[in-house]
Amino acid sequence: MNLYEYMGKSIFREYGIPVPEGYVVENMNDVKAFTKPVVVKSQILLGGRGKSGGIKFAKTPEELKKGVSELLGSKIRDYTVSKLLIEEMIDIKRELYVSVTLDRTSRSPIIMATAQGGVEIETLPREKIFIKTVDPILGYSDFIARETVKFMELSPEIGKQFSAILKKLYQIFEEKDCELVEINPLVITGEGKVIAADAKVIIDSDSIFRHKEFNVVDPEKTPLELEANAAGYSFIELGGNIGVIANGAGLTMATLDALTLHKGYPRNFLDLGGTDNVEIVAKAFDFVLKAEPKAILVNIFGGVTKCDTVATGIVEAKNRYKISQPIVVRLSGVKEDEGRKILSDGGIDSFPGMMKAIERVVKLAGGN
Amino acid sequence: MSSFVDEKTKVIVQGITGHQGSFHAGEMLKFGTKIVAGTSPGKGGSKFMDQVPIFDNVSETLHLKPDATMISVAAPYVKDAALEAIYSGIKIIYILTEHVPFHDSMDIVHNARRMGSIVLGPNGPGITAVGKCKIGIMPNKIFKKGKIGVASRSGTLTYEIVNAITEAGMGESTVIGLGGDPVVGMTYIDVLKEFEKDDETDQIVLVGEIGGSNEEIAARYIKEHVSKKVVAYITGRSAPPGKRMGHAGAIIEKGVGTAESKIKAFGEAGVKVAEYPVDIPSLLE
Repeated sequence: MNLYEYMGKSIFREYGIPVPEGYVVENMNDVKAFTKPVVVKSQILLGGRGKSGGIKFAKTPEELKKGVSELLGSKIRDYTVSKLLIEEMIDIKRELYVSVTLDRTSRSPIIMATAQGGVEIETLPREKIFIKTVDPILGYSDFIARETVKFMELSPEIGKQFSAILKKLYQIFEEKDCELVEINPLVITGEGKVIAADAKVIIDSDSIFRHKEFNVVDPEKTPLELEANAAGYSFIELGGNIGVIANGAGLTMATLDALTLHKGYPRNFLDLGGTDNVEIVAKAFDFVLKAEPKAILVNIFGGVTKCDTVATGIVEAKNRYKISQPIVVRLSGVKEDEGRKILSDGGIDSFPGMMKAIERVVKLAGGN
Repeated sequence: MSSFVDEKTKVIVQGITGHQGSFHAGEMLKFGTKIVAGTSPGKGGSKFMDQVPIFDNVSETLHLKPDATMISVAAPYVKDAALEAIYSGIKIIYILTEHVPFHDSMDIVHNARRMGSIVLGPNGPGITAVGKCKIGIMPNKIFKKGKIGVASRSGTLTYEIVNAITEAGMGESTVIGLGGDPVVGMTYIDVLKEFEKDDETDQIVLVGEIGGSNEEIAARYIKEHVSKKVVAYITGRSAPPGKRMGHAGAIIEKGVGTAESKIKAFGEAGVKVAEYPVDIPSLLE
């Protein structure tokens, strides 16, 4: 789960990483009296906010008012801005970069740092970036900071501040179950202070059970996704017109791929998971129907999830939700014949193979 | 010889009295897996299906000399259960559970490496040596004894492909699920090394998906070190960037982990990639 900048900065503050003075506003009444130049930053989860016009600088009270009224409620790409972070303007002398993230290949945390911050890290040549893999059992130790500071050629005074920040950043990565903690830019001010001007924090959503402090709604999910997730379904909205229900993440993904290769347009991803419960099958249609598809494809390879249970759930859903869209079902595996009979009694098409079902549903949805 | 497990492998099930644990332990017994014990704290002294003794702790099962464990406990307790097994000297640790925090998985994997154990999963279907031993949740009936080794990051998609291989009249030697999480214990390379030296495996199928660069690394390894025929299927080619497609590990971020990159890497290694799962048998000999 991605956290907004202001949330990331509040964690930084809690751990003692210096951040600019600032506060969050949701409407004009929240704006405090102007005392010094500030930056007004849209709280959205997109890179390149500055370039998209999501950040305004205010040197006068009028500019502050103007900036806030222009940004609040504005749309940046698909996101509506509902919160702003108003921060003191800092005197930037240099910009650094530092992050701790997961390296999937070594299955270990890696620290990345460069003295050329303020740009997208991916655009820098590899030799400009310090990369250190940390053994998760050993954890963080001060020698890591000494190596980093030496690579970045920081002065002793700046190096000292940087080392303290790196240690805390690693601590946040571990203690808050982060996928990523990134400061870009990490600013050296005219006065020689090192300050986190931005904060990007991604929390592992599987760890939320031990982090009640992040009891926030995932800002990247649609209302329908949140509703379906709360009901226990892995559900993602996509742009097309064919509703999809399948079992297992891999098979569901493969179903979307096959539809797309046949010039069909999936409306959603819905993974039933392993279930032998009629109600879980029937209720899945509720979410797919709310996405208003033109046709629905159910693709099941029966194992733990038995075909007769799925068939009973489909017939139940068809009656309960009075489904008018065509439903195409592919059933294969455990209790396939029983399932197919239940469906044909209920007036629903079914196929043993995936490809025939895909062709049929694409045709019914008017694609191809 | 087969890969990782065989008919002599002695298995325990941690969490054998739970909903998932008991169902799949029952299916494993039907398959013929030698389950020597189960654990469930507080339920020691009873029996599972009147035949498998249940203990409170793994340490009490060690006189039965278990080689492998299936862990089926709730996500918050997986790390403790895995460390218990690893530091009891059990060499094959299969974790069925989904939604294990990856920080816990990192600790599990690194402790296992230190102690010389291997970890399958979390969030995978397990391992099946056809006709010999099944640890995990794959359906018993899809297999046919043969010489195709299969390694996958997915569950049902693996069954789909195994079923297609079986229906085409071929069969499988060992089928291994690595797991769908961003941090899992085994890589394709670990499996490729085993399959390359396994005299019961002639050809290899890799089932990959978007996210990470495990497939690209495997492709480079195949080019240098694998003499047996390898074919592949990659899922997630239609997935939009930034969305987790069901598996926590299946996500395209900052342009890394795309299906195109994986398909290209396999192509460069001479590995044919099937367009649809059902096309896999036609790529095999």
